[in-house]
Amino acid sequence: MSLLVVDNLSVFYGAIEALRGVSLHVEQGEVVTLIGANGAGKSTTLRTISGLLPPKTGTIRFDGQTIHNWQPHRIVKSGLVQAPEGRKIFANLTVDENLQLGAFLRTDRTAIRADRDRALELFPRVRERLNQQAGTLSGGEQQMLAIARALVARPKLLMLDEPSLGLAPQLVRTIFQVIREINLAGTTILLVEQNANMALQVAHRAYVIEVGRIRMEGPAAELAASDEVRKAYLGAH
Amino acid sequence: MADFAQTLMTALAVGSLYALIALGYTMVYGILKFINFAHSDIVVLGAWLSFTMAQRLLPMLGLDPHNPATTPPLWVGEVILLASMAFCSLIGFAIERLAYKPLRKAPRLNVLITAIGVSLLLQNVGQLNFVFGPSPQKMPALLPTWELLRVSLPSANGNRDVVVGLVDVVIIVTSAVLMIALEYLVFRTKTGTAMRAVSFDIDASALMGIPVDRVVSFTFVLGSALAAAAGFLYALKYPGLNQPAHATWVLLGLKAFVAAVIGGIGNVRGAVLGGFVIAFVEQFGAFYLSSNYRDVYVFALLIAILLVRPSGLLGSTVREKV
Repeated sequence: MSLLVVDNLSVFYGAIEALRGVSLHVEQGEVVTLIGANGAGKSTTLRTISGLLPPKTGTIRFDGQTIHNWQPHRIVKSGLVQAPEGRKIFANLTVDENLQLGAFLRTDRTAIRADRDRALELFPRVRERLNQQAGTLSGGEQQMLAIARALVARPKLLMLDEPSLGLAPQLVRTIFQVIREINLAGTTILLVEQNANMALQVAHRAYVIEVGRIRMEGPAAELAASDEVRKAYLGAH
Repeated sequence: MADFAQTLMTALAVGSLYALIALGYTMVYGILKFINFAHSDIVVLGAWLSFTMAQRLLPMLGLDPHNPATTPPLWVGEVILLASMAFCSLIGFAIERLAYKPLRKAPRLNVLITAIGVSLLLQNVGQLNFVFGPSPQKMPALLPTWELLRVSLPSANGNRDVVVGLVDVVIIVTSAVLMIALEYLVFRTKTGTAMRAVSFDIDASALMGIPVDRVVSFTFVLGSALAAAAGFLYALKYPGLNQPAHATWVLLGLKAFVAAVIGGIGNVRGAVLGGFVIAFVEQFGAFYLSSNYRDVYVFALLIAILLVRPSGLLGSTVREKV
C-alpha cells in the first residue's frame, strides 16, 4: 500500500491546463523526486496535493484516505506537510513563532518540544536566531527555518518545493545532507527540484515532468544515467 | 490650563472611540487586504441596538427611559454592552460568510464594491420602520451624571472648573480594557499568532495547518464586537442618536478609517495610535483654532502623513528575501 497515490491529476488555471493527467506514487520510507524545467507543473502538483488548488479530474490518496477535496489544514493534520517554494516563512513573526505555527494543529506539548529540539539540532543556526524577526534571516537561514517548521508538524510525508532555490552551492549541499538525515530518521520525502543533479543523488526514485505530463519515471540512478535526462537536465552534451 | 485639561479629557474619550473602530478596519484589512466599508454600519448597529435594549429594559425595571434623573443600576449598562457586542459579532460573522467569503478568490475591487453594497443595505434596513426607524432618537441615560473630579484651574479669563465626568471615564476605561485584551490576544496567544500569520500569507498559513476560514471569521467577529462597544459608548456620550443612514455616522466611520491609515493599516497598535492622534488634532484644533474646520484638520493630517510616511506611522514594509 503506497503512502501517497496521485492518479490522473488535471489542474487548470482558468483555461490553461497546468497538469494533464499526472500520476505518481510515493512509498513509505522513500525519497522521491519530481524534476522538471520552470513551468513544467512541479509546484502546481505539490500545491494541488496540499489542497491549495482544486483538481479538475483525478484522485489523491494519502495514507489510505481520499484527500483531494479536503481543506489544506485537514491535509496537514493527516501528516502530509509541505515546505513551500520560496520558503514562505512569516517575516513579520519571530523565528520561534514560525516554529510554533508549524505545530499549530498539535496539542501534545512535550512531544512538540522534543520535535522542535530535534529540528533545531539539524539547523543550529536557526536555534541561534530564535527571538529574531524571521524576515531578518538570510535566504539560507530562511530555507532552514522553513524545513524546521515543517518538521515540527511531525509529517509522515514531507513535501519540499525547491529547497535549493537561490542558495549558495555550499548551502545546497548542507540542505541536501539534512534531507537525507530526515529521511534516515524515518520521514518519507517528496522532493521537487530544478537542481536535478543533487535531487537524483539523494532520491530513491524520480519522475520527470514536462508541460504538465510525467515523461519518465524510474530509480533515480537509472534516470541519472539516461541520455535524455543527462542532456535535458544535467547539462551533459 | 483649564481649557487644555478639559480638551485633553474629551480627546482621550473620543480617541478611544476612534481607536476601537479603527481596530476593526485594520484587522480586516490586515487579513483580507480590503476596506470593509460596512464596518462603520456595525458601529451604528451597536449604538441603535443599545438604544433599543435600553428603551425596553428600563420600563421593566420600573424606570422612565425619558427621564435622565432616573438611571438604572450599573449592571444594566454592562448587560446592554455585552448583548450588543454579541449580536453585532453574529452580524459581522454572517456578513463575512454570506457576502465576502464567496469572493475570496475574486479581484479585490469586487469585494470592495460588495462592501459598499453591504453598507448601503445595513443603512437602509436600519431605517425601516420595524427596525430602528427613520427618525433620530434620544438614548436613555444609563449612567448617573456623577462628577468624579472637579478642579478649579486658571484659564484666560479667570479660574474655571474642569470636570471629569463618569461618562468619559467609563469610555476610556472600557476601551482600554478591550484594547489590552486584544493586544494580549493578538500578540500572546496561539490564535493571535495564527491571525498574524494569515495576515502575512494566507496560502502559507494554510500549509501550516491553520484553518484560514475560521481565522477570517474570528477576525470579523472580533472587529464587530469592538465596533459594537464603540457604538454603545458613543451613544452614552452623545445621546442624540441620528438615524442609521445619517452623514454623522459615515463621518465617524471615515475618521476611524483615517485613524487606521495614519497608524499604518494592518497594524493593530497603529490603529490605536492613529485613533488618539486624530482625536487630539481634531479636539485641540477645534478648541484653539476653529471648530468649523474640525474635519479639515483630520483629513489634512492624513494627507500630510501619507506624504511623509505612505505606509502610516507604524506601518512597515517588510521585504521578502528571494
